[in-house]
Amino acid sequence: MLDDFVVRAALAGVGVALAAAPLGCFVVWRRMAYFGDATAHAALLGVALALSLDLPIFGGVLVVALAMALIVSGLNGRTVSADALLGVLAHGALAIGLVAVSLLPNQRVDLSAYLFGEILAVTKTDLTVIWGGATVSVALLVWRWQALLSATLSPDLATASGVNPKREQLILTLALALTVAVALKVVGALLIAAMLIIPAAAARPFSRTPETMAIMAAILATISALAGLAASFVFDTPTGPSIVTVAAILFALSAGIAPILRR
Amino acid sequence: MSLISTHNLKLVLGGQTVLDSVSIAIARGEIVTIVGPNGSGKSSLLRALIGALKPADGSITRAEGLRIGYVPQKLQIDATLPLTVQGFLNLPRRQDRAVVTQALNQAGVPDLAKRQMGDLSGGQFQRVLLARALLNTPDILILDEATQGLDQPGAAAFYHQIEDVRRDMGCAVVMVSHDLHVVMAASDRVLCLNGHVCCEGTPEIVADAPEYRALFGTGTQGALALYRHEHTHSHDHTHKHEDH
Repeated sequence: MLDDFVVRAALAGVGVALAAAPLGCFVVWRRMAYFGDATAHAALLGVALALSLDLPIFGGVLVVALAMALIVSGLNGRTVSADALLGVLAHGALAIGLVAVSLLPNQRVDLSAYLFGEILAVTKTDLTVIWGGATVSVALLVWRWQALLSATLSPDLATASGVNPKREQLILTLALALTVAVALKVVGALLIAAMLIIPAAAARPFSRTPETMAIMAAILATISALAGLAASFVFDTPTGPSIVTVAAILFALSAGIAPILRR
Repeated sequence: MSLISTHNLKLVLGGQTVLDSVSIAIARGEIVTIVGPNGSGKSSLLRALIGALKPADGSITRAEGLRIGYVPQKLQIDATLPLTVQGFLNLPRRQDRAVVTQALNQAGVPDLAKRQMGDLSGGQFQRVLLARALLNTPDILILDEATQGLDQPGAAAFYHQIEDVRRDMGCAVVMVSHDLHVVMAASDRVLCLNGHVCCEGTPEIVADAPEYRALFGTGTQGALALYRHEHTHSHDHTHKHEDH
């Protein structure tokens, strides 16, 4: 079954959807959209690093994404124009990554594969990495769920009840770096943040608790992955962008239904 | 022995000293109000008491196994985060349903468990925060401008609730507030803060202290008296009292 590249692509898409959606809820709740962007864009720099040092791509991306996420979450504590600074980091990382990849000697790198993903080229090894990384990321969130939510609501309130908000931030940072690293192959550096944010935002109107929102987001993300994959076959469109397009359509539908639900 | 005390506490925020050589002690069961102008370090002091700010110098001593209930100044819940009152009260640790119900009763909002946090009025929200602080039957309740955004009758009602809680649970209460007249009448002791402790004592002593008058003028003294008048005659809370 895994010998069929379509099956592998579907499994890869679902794996990324399941990892990205619950994490994306935290990105939305904590207003860290730029944080996701900066980390995802840094993935390109990780690709350059891995290629130049002859390391596995996954490892290079994980290391650089983690470094970027740590830098950004360190900045998060300060109040000095965090928004602009995050913008600089997000776009700076992307530009520097593009330049670094093009400077690599004797390498013919298919840039678009890293920018938009190449889900149809997913190997069995990739699948292992994706599902392994996704499992760890989701397990981290489930394990720390209550504490993460408390720290998200109010760092001071969390501290007063014995939760260390800095440690919870670090957990999220780890999960984010991991998710970026596994999602790169599937949706590419440019659209990872979309897989984090859009399903979570689309799930909001149907949710009365954080838990249902995470589950709804995972369901919507899975639908997006599978429908996007199918659409890319039917219309012969690039797969990563097709997946995000379906997610965006689901969001638009959800936003349209929301006022009716509220009645 | 006091529940919590600071010794020559110094707090530095973003390179600026906000508090210096503050030594205070809170005894079991007393209500202490901290007053002071904006930027006087009131909130920072409370944050240091709950452990969210590390002392730059000096020390904080907590009684062994001290349970603190903290009501923050304000809590902005992002509109994208769906959360019921019940869910909120179960963070970070899941609580028995009976404990949650009891805390909501004590805070005077027994029927809100299933409501969304985002749909609550300002007064309801503050009481839910109070309920959360009461969950672990605290030895000390710490409130930071807990009535911000409430109108005067709402604030007065909230402080009556605090007095009831203190009477029923016997916990000490430390609060910071601008609602000087309402708060001070309910206090055993008032601390006037402006980077350091300017003066402290019973509400009467502090209201008469030159340091306090230098900071707040004499107008609030009249307001204090006005509140008393209202209190002893138990008028309804819509009685006009903003004429100072």
